[in-house]
Amino acid sequence: MEEKVIMAGFGGQGVMAIGRLLAYAGMIENKHVTWLPSYGPEMRGGTANCAVVVSDEPIGSPLISKDGTAAIVLNLPSLLKFEKEIIPGGKIIINKSLIDAEPSREDIDAYYVPANELAMELGNSKIANMVMLGAYLELTKIVKIDSVLDAFVKVFGEDKAHLIPINKEALLKGAEAVKTYV
Amino acid sequence: MAIVYEKSKGLTDTPFHYCPGCTHGIIHKLVAESLVELGVLGEAIGVAPVGCSVLAYEYFNCDMQEAAHGRAPAVATGIKRVHPDKVVFAYQGDGDLASIGTAEVVHAAHRGEKITTIFVNNAIYGMTGGQMAPTTLVGQRSTTSPFGRDEAHCGKPIRIAEMLATIDGAKFVERVAVNSPANVRKAKKAIKRAFECQLAGKGFAIVEVLSTCPTNWGFTPVKALEWLKDNMIPYYPLGNFRDFEEEK
Amino acid sequence: MAKVLMKGNEAVGAAAIKAGCRYFFGYPITPSSEIPEYMAKAMPEVGGVFLQAESEIAAINMVYGAGGAGARVMTASSSPGISLKQEGITYCAGAEVPCVIVNMMRGGPGLGSIQPGQADYYQSTRGGGNGDYRTLCYAPASIQEIVDYVMLAFDKADYYRNPVLVIADGMIGQMMEAVEFKDREKIELPPKDWATTGTGGKRKPNKVNSLYLQAEQLEIHNKRLQQKYKEMEENEVLYEAYGLEDAEVVCVAYGTTSRIVKSAMKLAEEKGIKTGIIRPITVWPFPYDVFKEIGPKAKGILAVEMSGGQIVDDVKIGIEGRLPVYFNGTTGGMVPTPGSILASIEKIAGGTK
Repeated sequence: MEEKVIMAGFGGQGVMAIGRLLAYAGMIENKHVTWLPSYGPEMRGGTANCAVVVSDEPIGSPLISKDGTAAIVLNLPSLLKFEKEIIPGGKIIINKSLIDAEPSREDIDAYYVPANELAMELGNSKIANMVMLGAYLELTKIVKIDSVLDAFVKVFGEDKAHLIPINKEALLKGAEAVKTYV
Repeated sequence: MAIVYEKSKGLTDTPFHYCPGCTHGIIHKLVAESLVELGVLGEAIGVAPVGCSVLAYEYFNCDMQEAAHGRAPAVATGIKRVHPDKVVFAYQGDGDLASIGTAEVVHAAHRGEKITTIFVNNAIYGMTGGQMAPTTLVGQRSTTSPFGRDEAHCGKPIRIAEMLATIDGAKFVERVAVNSPANVRKAKKAIKRAFECQLAGKGFAIVEVLSTCPTNWGFTPVKALEWLKDNMIPYYPLGNFRDFEEEK
Repeated sequence: MAKVLMKGNEAVGAAAIKAGCRYFFGYPITPSSEIPEYMAKAMPEVGGVFLQAESEIAAINMVYGAGGAGARVMTASSSPGISLKQEGITYCAGAEVPCVIVNMMRGGPGLGSIQPGQADYYQSTRGGGNGDYRTLCYAPASIQEIVDYVMLAFDKADYYRNPVLVIADGMIGQMMEAVEFKDREKIELPPKDWATTGTGGKRKPNKVNSLYLQAEQLEIHNKRLQQKYKEMEENEVLYEAYGLEDAEVVCVAYGTTSRIVKSAMKLAEEKGIKTGIIRPITVWPFPYDVFKEIGPKAKGILAVEMSGGQIVDDVKIGIEGRLPVYFNGTTGGMVPTPGSILASIEKIAGGTK
């Protein structure tokens, strides 16, 4: 099993962070993982994105180029840019709070998650990214939510451990939001 | 028979290759004597430049590294950071320090690197055969300023001591000359003090030594010493620009 | 030790420190700035020195000073910065100063781009500075290999008293993968009794120097260096190779592109085309001999590199004219896709040119 997912949004929406969490969680589960960020001037302002591969086999190319199995898009430019990178039958998870549009392709499965609203329900708009990750995990089951929570302090440090409960709630809310599709 | 003069133990037995009348020999001796008198010859690690004194690593009786052109302050930085308890010095000429290596010396001074730099200024490129240096005086002829250095074309000569004295990390800056016995004695004092600056852990120390190049200036050794006095000293005033005891 | 997820650039720093490197001199440049950033934090924790030099030129000369003074020392940069270091590298080679230089390559020539590149292959394998010298050059293809070969590089540098290069590209530098810091087998290293440490009045002065004004002496020095390089060629070649015996198409690639080639090889397999790969881990010395293992079914060799085709020269030397050599490359920071490599494999397998 191999998942190749692109995560994209505005800088500051936390797409790099959820990518690292997913990669770390995969590593905890003894899977092969790569995390590849965009870098350079394009990361200042503008769109930030990263490509994560989680696989049972050693990973060849860490790049995603028309062969992504999924994309998580938090803003409109990301939808427009990355829907092209997914294979037919792949998944695109769209942040409905900020994107009032649908993919132009019909051969991919779109899932709409009002991530910002759901995050606000938990009292923190900053965790919209975790809501999106939760939705992705529910759809793919690539790693367990517990592994992501285990990864949390590894990625953000022990002093952020107190944020685990609210992040867990965010993951679960995201999962809940796409259950209607299944 | 009483011994009245001995070669410094800070120098090896290798004969100098310098031209007759060149003052590099005197300056080598002053550096070597200073190291011996301060009791640090065994702790000393020197860096030789590219230029006439490229073979300095053959002459100083201590561990030596030969640096690329102009890079002696960076090489000395690397050595000093590895051996902060040793005495590290760079010996550089004016093409080396004042032209190709300005970035390295400015930033070694700026970091306050605890190294001692002996900067020999003879207003010309000696080893390559008498080309113009950044320190060549206005009107002075060289093989690349055959009609005399033209200020409008290539500016005035650079005053290194004054420039480095503006940098906070430079804790000892002095310009001396070796054209007379009295000035040689003063030069020795300054060089020794530049090593003391390092031993006291103060920061960067440099002594600019006005030197002669009879061969490429086209003078006899004696005439060269006179030329230094009459032409170089007026443009490059002797004296101390920064002394670490001042700061208290 | 447990696995950790690390960026390639951070892994360079962590591996160096693990290998006993305590001195790092560098200058920031994209896409390798995380190396000095990592060192700035990590070196003080182990009592080492991180110093940001005023230039790449100063940095490599500080490396020369520190290496000559007997320390394990490293510098790192990306392509244009590595060009600036060439003077220092040839001095290190000439004066036999051990040091490790990491190049996270980007697009060139000139300022080029900040995206990944492999166009410093000639510079790395032929020597970018003046004179007859060689540098061992590792080309890791994963973050784990970065860790393993950066650590090995320090041992080899000390063993041979020679600069050792580790070349990867911006993509590997930025990418994160799981790594493990394994215990290494200790290799016997000669004492650094040649280093400038101060005579203490107890021995003759040591000289770290690359100048030999007498032609005869310089030739003797060079012959000794050549002997050393020959020893490296005999003992230090590393590569990964498989599928050579019955491959219709053999791919040659290193670093990032070798991973993309492997993805393309899976696609080719699905189409029933047998492929093999030769992945040099040392690009100098190059694994020429393994080309002899290519079986009779091979129709051609496909070299893949993020360059205009620099590795092709070595592939041609290796294959000795027995098979045609094709090239699929990208430049300027573009990265080849598995699809494009598959297309090349199909063409070669089909016999068309």
